[in-house]
Order: sequence, then C-alpha cells, then structure tokens
Amino acid sequence: MSHEKAINDLKIKSSMFSLEGITSSLHQWLYATLSPTFALLAECVIVILLAIALFAALGLVLVLMERKVAAHIQIRLGPNRVGPGGMFQTVADTLKLIMKEGLTPDKADKFLFNLAPFIVMIVAMLLLAPIAFAKGFQIWDINIGVLYLSAISSLSVIGILMAGWASNNKYSLLGAMRSGAQIVSYELSAGLAILSIVVLSGSLQISDIIAAQENGWWLFKGHIPVIISFVIFIIAVTAETNRAPFDLAEAESELTAGFHTEYSGMRFALFFLAEYINIFIVCAIGATLFLGGWMPLHIGHWEGFNHIMDYIPSSIWFFGKTIFLIFLIMWFRWTFPRLRVDQLLNLEWKYLLPISMLNLILVTIIAIFGWHF
Amino acid sequence: MYTQTEIIKDTTINGSEGELVINVGPQHPATHGVLHLVITLNGETIKKIEPHLGYIHRSIEKMCESLTYRQFIYVTSRMDYLSSHINNEACALCVEKGLQIEVPARAKVIRVLMGELTRIASHELWLGAMAMDLGAFTPFFYTFREREMINEIMEDTCGARLTMNYMVAGGVAMDLHPDFQRKVKLFVTQFKKRVPEFDDLITNNIIFQNRMKGVGVLSGEDAISYGCTGPVARGSGVSSDIRKLYPYDGYDAVAFDEVLETAGDSYARYLVRLREMHQSIRIIEQLIDAIPEGDFQAKTKAVLKLPKGEFYTRVETARGELGVYIVSEGGTTPYRIKFRSPGFSNLSALHHMAKGSKIGDLMATMGTLDLVIPDIDR
Amino acid sequence: MSNEEIKEYVTSIAPSATFDESGEWLNSMVEPGTWKELALRLRNGPLHFDYLFCLTCIDWKTHLTVVYHLSSTTHRHTIVVKAKLDTAKPEIETVSDIWRTAEFHEREVFELFGAVFLHHPDLRRLILTDDFEGFPLRKDFEDPINMIKL
Repeated sequence: MSHEKAINDLKIKSSMFSLEGITSSLHQWLYATLSPTFALLAECVIVILLAIALFAALGLVLVLMERKVAAHIQIRLGPNRVGPGGMFQTVADTLKLIMKEGLTPDKADKFLFNLAPFIVMIVAMLLLAPIAFAKGFQIWDINIGVLYLSAISSLSVIGILMAGWASNNKYSLLGAMRSGAQIVSYELSAGLAILSIVVLSGSLQISDIIAAQENGWWLFKGHIPVIISFVIFIIAVTAETNRAPFDLAEAESELTAGFHTEYSGMRFALFFLAEYINIFIVCAIGATLFLGGWMPLHIGHWEGFNHIMDYIPSSIWFFGKTIFLIFLIMWFRWTFPRLRVDQLLNLEWKYLLPISMLNLILVTIIAIFGWHF
Repeated sequence: MYTQTEIIKDTTINGSEGELVINVGPQHPATHGVLHLVITLNGETIKKIEPHLGYIHRSIEKMCESLTYRQFIYVTSRMDYLSSHINNEACALCVEKGLQIEVPARAKVIRVLMGELTRIASHELWLGAMAMDLGAFTPFFYTFREREMINEIMEDTCGARLTMNYMVAGGVAMDLHPDFQRKVKLFVTQFKKRVPEFDDLITNNIIFQNRMKGVGVLSGEDAISYGCTGPVARGSGVSSDIRKLYPYDGYDAVAFDEVLETAGDSYARYLVRLREMHQSIRIIEQLIDAIPEGDFQAKTKAVLKLPKGEFYTRVETARGELGVYIVSEGGTTPYRIKFRSPGFSNLSALHHMAKGSKIGDLMATMGTLDLVIPDIDR
Repeated sequence: MSNEEIKEYVTSIAPSATFDESGEWLNSMVEPGTWKELALRLRNGPLHFDYLFCLTCIDWKTHLTVVYHLSSTTHRHTIVVKAKLDTAKPEIETVSDIWRTAEFHEREVFELFGAVFLHHPDLRRLILTDDFEGFPLRKDFEDPINMIKL
C-alpha cells in the first residue's frame, strides 16, 4: 500500500471506480496520526490480516469451484447438501481436517516433515506481495516485480522435496523426485514466456506492465508471438503447480498421493490450500501480464467503448480474468489424462523451450520495431 | 514380510545397485482390488515385477467339491464378478454337457443376450477404470452412465445387478421381464448415440495415444506361450474368440466379427475392447426381435448326478477364455473342479510386458490387461 | 489332425503311453519320466501344440494326477496329457520353459497339491501365506474352522 503513488501517475479515466481513495486516505491518516515507524507497523498488520483473510476465502471458494466444475464436466451434481447449493461443504471439510490427528511416521525426519507444509505455504504467501488486485490496491509495487515472482515461485519445490524426503516413504520420494525435475524444467518456459511481456512493456514493474496495456491487452496487441507465449505460459504454470495433466508428483493411480502420502489432518490441508493459492497466483500473474490485470478491456482509440468499460470496477476485471484462467486450468484437469514422466520432460526440453526461445526473438523484433499495436 | 528372490532369471538385469523396491498394493488405487505387486525399480524404470496373490483367495475350487451340481454354479459369480453371468453360463454348460441336456431355443437366445449385455457392462467399467489409471477421471462417469442402464435391465429380469445368478442347468432361472425388449432397444439406441463421445474424449486424445502406443507390447507368439486369451491375445493378433472357434449356445447362428489388432500394445488392446462392444451391440440387435417362444428351461431331475468321467467347457468371458473342468465320480457333487481363469494367465505375462518401462507404463499395461482380482485368486 | 495320427506320434516318443478316447478329447496317460521329452516334441514337432490352456492336478487319494490340456493354434486339435505321481514323492519335470504360462500354474499346483516341479525357475508359494500348513486341495486336508462338510 505504500506505492500507490506509482499508480497515481497513470492516466486513468477519472470516472473509474477504485479502492485507491480508501487506501491512500488510510495511508495519509496513519502517517498523520502516528510516527512513521508505527504507521508502517500498523500497515503491516493490516496487510497480514488481509492476506490471511484472502487465503481463507480463496481456499474455500476455489475448492468449491473445483468440485462444482468437476461435477459439471462429469455429468453429476457435486456438493449440494451442506448449506444452500453445497456452499458450506469446504467449511465442513476444513473442520474435519482440523479435528483429524496429524500423524508423523515413525522413522520420518520430524523437523523437516513438520516444516515442509509451512515452507510451501510461506512461498505462496510471499507471492501475493506484488500482485495488483485492483487499481491502486497492491501490497508492494516493487520495481523488479516480475523477477521477484519468478524467483520466489521456484522456492516451493524445496518444500515439496523436503516433504518427500522427510516422509521416509518410497512413494513420497518418487513423487518429490518427479516434482523437482518437473518444476525446475518448466520454470524455464514460464520465465521465457514472462520475459516476452517484459520485453514488450520495457519494465519489470507490475504497475508499468499494467499501464502499458491501457490501449489494449498484450494478448491482443502483440500479434501471434504473444498468443504463443500465452499458451506456453498456461502449459508451463499448469506443470509448475502440479496440476493434471502434469500432476505426476501426486499421480494418484501411480504413487497413491505422491509427496504428501504421509501427511494428514491440518498439515495435509496446508498442502492442499497451497495448491489452490498457487493456482490463483499463477493465474493472477497470467491475467496481469497477458490480459491487463485490473485494466478494463480497452480497444485503441474507441473513446466511447473504453469509457463504458471503465464503469466496471477494476477489481471485478482482475478477479474475472483470474477466475477465467483458473477455470481453464480446472478444465484441463478434468479432461486430460496424465503424461508419463519422460514425455513430460520431452515436452519441455524438446518442444516448449526451443519454441519459447525462438518466440522471444520474434517478440524482441516486434518490440524493437514497434510493430505491436 | 517378503524376501526378494529372483522370479525369472533374467540376464538383462545387472547389478543391484541403485535399486528401489516398492510394494504396489495390496491397497493401491491402480490395482482395483487386493493385488500385490512387488516392483524393483531403477529410478522410474521397472526392472522386475513380482505378483503376490491370495488376498482374496477363497478356494472356490475346494468349496465346489462339497456343493451339488445345482449349487456350485452360483459360487462362480464371485470369481470374475464383472462377467458373473458368463461364468455361470460356463458351469451350466459343463453340467449340461455331462447330462446331455438339450437347452430350449428360447433359453439359448436369452443366454446370449444376457451374456453380451454383461460383456458390454464389463467393458464399460474397464474403459472408465483404465482411463482413471491414466489419470483422467471424467470418462469413468460417462461409462457408468451406460453401465447403469444395463444394470437396471439385469435387475428387472434377474433381481440382481452384479451377481445375477440367472443360470440353471438346462436353461435360465426365470422368464424375461415384460419390459426387457423395450429397455434393451432403448439402451442400444442410446449407446450408439453416445459412443462417439468416448472417441472424442479418449481415443482421439493425443495424450492417451502417446501413453498407450508402443506400451506393454506383447507379441503374438508370447501371448500364446503365456496363455493369454481374450482381448489381450486378440490385441496381439491371435485369434482366440471361443465364440467363433468353439461356438456354444447358438453363437454360430449370429453374425459378428472377431476383432483383431496386430500391434500388441496397450492401444491395440484398447481398440479391441472398444470394437468388441460394437460387435456385442450387433449381436443384441440381431436377437432382440427374434427371441423364440417356448420354454425357458429344460425339464431336469431334482437331483443332478453327472456320469463318471471328465468334462471340460470353455466360454468367452469379457476377459478371455474361462475353462471349467469337472471330474466326476458319479455322485451329486464334483470330485474335482478346476476353473481356468483368464486373469490368472494374463497376469503371468505382466512382468514380460512391463519390464524396462516406466511406472506410468505399468499402470497403462495393467489397465489394458483388465485384471479382476477375484478372478485371479479364485 | 486326427486322433490316430496324434496317438501314433505320442507312441513314437513315449512307448508306454496309454490312451482313452471316451471323452471329448484324446486322453493320454504317460510316465512322468518321459513327459519332458514328449512335451518338447509336442510343442516343437509337426503337431505344434503351442497353447497350454489348462494345467491342474487331481488327488485320487492313492496317487496324484497332473493334467495338461494342450491345443494347437494352427491345427486346432487338442490333447489331454496326464501323468501319475506318487503321493509320497510327487515329482515331475517343469514345462515352464516350453509354455511360459506353466510357470504360474505350476506354482499354484505346487502349493495347493504339493506336487514338485523339478527345475522350475522359481517354485515358491503364490497364493497362500508363508506359514500355511498342508495342501488344501488334497482330499485328506482338514480345516475344522473354515470348511463346511456335507
């Protein structure tokens, strides 16, 4: 919330509804009444509370959404008993998980075993920082935002490897091994896909990237190379979050539950929650980079059209785009079978990586000559 | 619990360094029951597969020795529970062969119709379960939608959905439900309409094809040597359909094709089963309007006594050749009975098919072998 | 090929073989000692019995009989070969190197009847638990807890 100034500089239509007024007045009031140190601390507390609230809300909503989407695809009803339309099903599930005993296997490395779910969770939390949820509503608009995201997101593999190793279970170990190979490989394509947008925008800062899409989203402005980047990005992040068809790390029919075979109760719930938070975050990144984040749908110089689009609040744009991408990833999961481990690595190293490298060159040429719209 | 010993002396396996031994089962999502495989791995590559059976062994052969010829038929429903009807048919045929009972024409047609419906239901379940082994959950629900209709047809006539116990020596236990023909016709039209969905969802999916083509290859010669039957053998190009080779219950009177594929891989086995469903539909369509009137059961004595001697019948279940071998001493109970189950022989080829491949391939291979564990253990 | 030709061929390898044609198929009773040689010739010879579709054993109280049901996928003829084994020392050569399916079937017969298949690559228990005593499919097997007697 300390960097709203950067967003203030953007030439946004004054008619657009935003949370900016609330956050900046709160910011000014805190700094006026308290000393700068305490004001910063107070802001930190508010941010922490908001982040935890967001996590809880996301967990509940996304799990329910996944089950409803799955049910719809599988010609069945899905949860429909707890609450209206099964809305409180995830609440009931969470209560069950809280009350379950968290078992630790006898010969497990107890310290690492208990630490692993928290590492995965902390990584997911850290990733929230540079994401712009709405116009002027961003925790930390760091000037290397995209680099920060790529760097932190690769840390989650440590938590998974830790879980797999510490469980003292062969299935867990195999799952962790697969996960390690998979995340490290797909990081490259995801990074290159992100780079193409960085090249076009000329900035690593999230707010700059969003501002660059004021007259149209990159997906529409950047010709076919950006569409290729987008497809590669979606494939790579599906793999990075261990979702089907790339769910080899948990591969139910092969490794029972992969790296979290031995986890139960709340520790399992943390892994489960982190999976959904990670999906949300990668989809939010995708929405920000390719679909303009909270930026409404603007088409070139169509002033009237752009003006109408501005009436829809920016947070709705952001969450709408993100949930659309989440739905896409859920759709993959309930349609495709799983790849084999060598096919998975072949896909990355023989196809996605060379394509994304060539694609990056194309995007660079487009950026240099200014061929994009 | 188990010590590692060499199952097959294999010179291609060298050294024990870097080996990882994992137990797949008896509780594992991909074994669909209580099969226990001890797998030796090198990384992700399978070096050795050693099945440990018996978790659901009930010694049905011993049980049958103390049951009469009327009773023992129904125990076999619990062997291969997915084609229980065809198991019962095999036993009834064997008793009929011993007593030289002529089965009425109506009973024969009913048997064939029920047998083909059972085969479709079994293949539907296999299709869903195999897709699940490959990590796709959705096809399961689509296949169960069709299977449910068959189960309801069975329930109407036989009073049960899975273990029908509809056979008696000399015919079938009771006449068809009045609704039978209408429901079967409805099922046939629905099935034909919905099968293209499977092709869209599974057959033409590039990931599915990549997971199955060239995986778990079994040559025709090996298939014969390992005693593989049913779709496993036919996927390797071995003609083994008992309905064609040794027709029983009037299968020689209906027109259908034996489905053969020559590749011998998982995809070939998959295609064979998919096309077999169409052939079963073809048989049903020919017979559903041509059910002859008359008795559904031949007149038999209250107590059946097989003459002294040996009787062997074989039928084509959904999984392959089921043989029933009865040794009679002339009493009311069999002296010795042997069930040659298709799953047992098919399982013995698993090590040969899956060694050297990845864990994911093992699941694809096991999925297309269509193992039903009680059929293996008996 | 007709039963007469098969009989002639079997007699040329195992002269002591006796035949019984009362059943559906040709039955042949051979000495355990000649079985391995006969099996090899049946599989690889002109009769080409390449498919062993059933392998089992019968306990006749005085002796055991191992029964092999053989068939040919090219000529479609069938023969049933039986070998009489001594209950006290039931031993016969394995055929698992000739028909691979025999490997599992022989293991099953081994643990349920106690018949020993010599030179089998891996003659271990397949179905029963490691500490199970007795051979459950033999006629003298008694299990007062789990067995129902008529």
